[in-house]
Amino acid sequence: MTVRGPLRLELKGISKKFPGVLANDHVSVQVGAGEIHALLGENGAGKSTLVKMIYGIMQPDQGEIIWNGEVMRIASPKAARKLGIGMVFQHFSLFEALTVLENIALGLDSKISQRDLEVEIRKVMDQYGLKLDPKRVVATLSVGERQRIEIVRALLLNPKLLIMDEPTSVLTPQEVDQLFETLRQLAASGCSILYISHKLHEIIALCETATILRGGKLVATCDPRQKTSREMAELMIGTNLKDVSKSGVREFGASKFEVKAMNMPKRGDFGVALHNINFNVRAGEIFGIAGVAGNGQNELLEVLSGEVLSRGASVVLLDGQALGHMGPSDRRQLGLCSVPEERNGHAAVGEFNLAENTLLTARQRKNIVSNGMIDAGKASGFAASVIESFKVKAQGPNDLAGSLSGGNLQKFIMGREILQSPDVLVVSQPTWGVDAGAASAIRQAIVDLAAKGSAVVVISQDLDELLSLCDTLSVINLGRLSEKKKVGTISTEDIGLLMGGVHGEVAHAH
Amino acid sequence: MRIKFEKRPEPSKLMQIATPIAAVVLTMIIGAIMFDVLGFDGQRTIKEFFFTPILASYKWQDVAAKAAPLIIIALGLSLGNTAKVWNIGAEGQYIVGALSGAWIAYLTPNVTGHWVLVLMLIAGVVGGAAYAAIPAILRTRFKVNEVLSSLMLVYVALQLLSYLITGPLKDPNGQNFPKTAPFTDAQLLPRLISGTSIPPGLIFAIVLTIVFWFVMKKSLYGFNVRVSGAAPHAARYGGFNANQTIWSTLMISGGMAGLAGILEATSQLGQLNLGFPSGYGFTAIIVSFLGRLNPIGIFIAGFVLAITSVGGQVAQTAVGVPSAAGGIFQALMLFLILAGDVLVRYKLRIQSIAKAAR
Repeated sequence: MTVRGPLRLELKGISKKFPGVLANDHVSVQVGAGEIHALLGENGAGKSTLVKMIYGIMQPDQGEIIWNGEVMRIASPKAARKLGIGMVFQHFSLFEALTVLENIALGLDSKISQRDLEVEIRKVMDQYGLKLDPKRVVATLSVGERQRIEIVRALLLNPKLLIMDEPTSVLTPQEVDQLFETLRQLAASGCSILYISHKLHEIIALCETATILRGGKLVATCDPRQKTSREMAELMIGTNLKDVSKSGVREFGASKFEVKAMNMPKRGDFGVALHNINFNVRAGEIFGIAGVAGNGQNELLEVLSGEVLSRGASVVLLDGQALGHMGPSDRRQLGLCSVPEERNGHAAVGEFNLAENTLLTARQRKNIVSNGMIDAGKASGFAASVIESFKVKAQGPNDLAGSLSGGNLQKFIMGREILQSPDVLVVSQPTWGVDAGAASAIRQAIVDLAAKGSAVVVISQDLDELLSLCDTLSVINLGRLSEKKKVGTISTEDIGLLMGGVHGEVAHAH
Repeated sequence: MRIKFEKRPEPSKLMQIATPIAAVVLTMIIGAIMFDVLGFDGQRTIKEFFFTPILASYKWQDVAAKAAPLIIIALGLSLGNTAKVWNIGAEGQYIVGALSGAWIAYLTPNVTGHWVLVLMLIAGVVGGAAYAAIPAILRTRFKVNEVLSSLMLVYVALQLLSYLITGPLKDPNGQNFPKTAPFTDAQLLPRLISGTSIPPGLIFAIVLTIVFWFVMKKSLYGFNVRVSGAAPHAARYGGFNANQTIWSTLMISGGMAGLAGILEATSQLGQLNLGFPSGYGFTAIIVSFLGRLNPIGIFIAGFVLAITSVGGQVAQTAVGVPSAAGGIFQALMLFLILAGDVLVRYKLRIQSIAKAAR
């Protein structure tokens, strides 16, 4: 493997130890000037740790960081920015109530007048073809536009290296294309890009070199354009990747789960109202809801799970029984289980152990609580069976939920719901931020549940996931749900337009 | 060299126990130095303050009598504090509980059956809970912060006390002093274990500590309270109603404060007067946190605070330190415990500095 041009960044034998884990074990990476370099790996493989050390958030225990040929110790993010290292995080740090300009001004290390800043911002945006109105309030922007703020913020510093952490997980296909265009232009101007992702086809489309990490160790450095997605995925997880196996001909039973004329006013300043949502899911059917984040997915999930009651009981029906007026516990008792998007603090409590976390949703269907008293033995027993059947990497039911990696916690949560054999399962972002191995296990579990005759609703931003997993599909946009279509009869472009195109028009019409 | 705090993967069990002990020891050392500098005999102050109440058997009963109400109130408060529902008004609920009991006593001056006492205790619990219902309804209906409403209601309760004991509940034979008539024998709490000097309140404190431990550890309600505090979204997802949690924790803590109030009135004072409010309701907030919101911890913490309170009086007479000394020690101890809490979640690491790019 050859590296084009002079080396911008070289990592030599970097190791970082955390209590109990070796997060990076003698990792060496070389990034040339103007190179788009992918950093691939499962969750917990050590990607984040590695880039945090480059960005000065952490210090390596061992090894050297060589920047433009000079050994450096990068003491803080501020020092990193001074060297010309910028980073765009997966989770944005923006104030929703402030404008784009104000948000960028707040993030800068140097003082600069708002007028000069605006001139500079417009210059950068023109240069890279980024469309963004600096005077808009962040709350009114789509996720793609918010990400552009973060990119502009990084670009203002004239970076020599830009680190992007899972940048496309919330974008529409059209927005992804735009982002790639910007990144290619940036690379052409000599800025190196370190691109973290687990979406392999994107890496093949964008990157020249890929460094693959597994369990903190470097397993391969390759040219992704000469590999298939499958080969790289297998390098990443270290075993042969299993495809989701779905029987070709799928028969659906009677209508099981129905939502009729669901309307909800928006809650809070930044909530999304739901407008006349209708759908029905038959037994054995997997129904997907696509859409860009923040278009009412969370609101919809909360009304379906019972966390928020709908107006009128017969808005939500299970086997014909109205349950719109019931809370989550009653709905679970009747067979409707749900998994919200946020794992820590919503679907599970990080500071509780796994056994206690089963109490949250499985106490009735698994008889863990009787007469108001907890049967601790049953709770551990159920947690242990979830750990075993879903291959959760944990020492046992006494592990704190917060000590599990994202993918493992998600496997535990999905297992907790699926082992209750619900008649209807509603899941939001089942594999968000989950590594390829765990993701395919979770998808298989969803398919298997449907095969047993349950109706499943999957809300996801990952279009590939929905297309491979679901039988039918709708798109949610600004709280409105599009007509349900059979997967296979609708093209990716059409879905993309429903997801983003319409959104843009309506937003401008306001 | 530089000092760094590193987050522990999980809270350290050792530190959870070690830091309060270290805090008490450090309080003694810093206190001794401080009083030495101020011109008192520091060592002797510490001895009278912390050890006389433990070593001198004639002080034990005093300590136990002070610990009991602190423990009972703090147990109630620990539920709300765990659920992050902040009842700062236990002092007010303590007063109203005692007043409710005293009102039963006022109506039954000639009854000789001990059922009157039982009725008074029930009235104490109900009165305290009812008074805590005001911040509960304000919070759940009108989104009024319970910290403010419960705290301000303490001052309303103080006014209510002085109105009632100078007016409707005033002792007719009391030569116009602001106090209620002394409780009759039937209205007074007897020693529950005869032949000993164990204050009856302590028996209540012991039983309630066990009950609360059981509820927090084994019951679904205890889980409900813990989830509500740790992750409100998860609580809602788990089917626990947030308003019900606010109501129940405020009612229970109010009821416990009311019980402590009527126990104090019927076992220690035998009547209500203007000196009745003693700040137990506020000190119990410290006790509940000092005991780490754990019933057993609260039981121990109640005694620690009672010792410093009794010790403060001893030190005043024996060494001549000012009466503020007690407060200084309590504040110092709380400060050190909170500071020490950092070590429960974080580990200290001392690093040597290499070449830095600044």
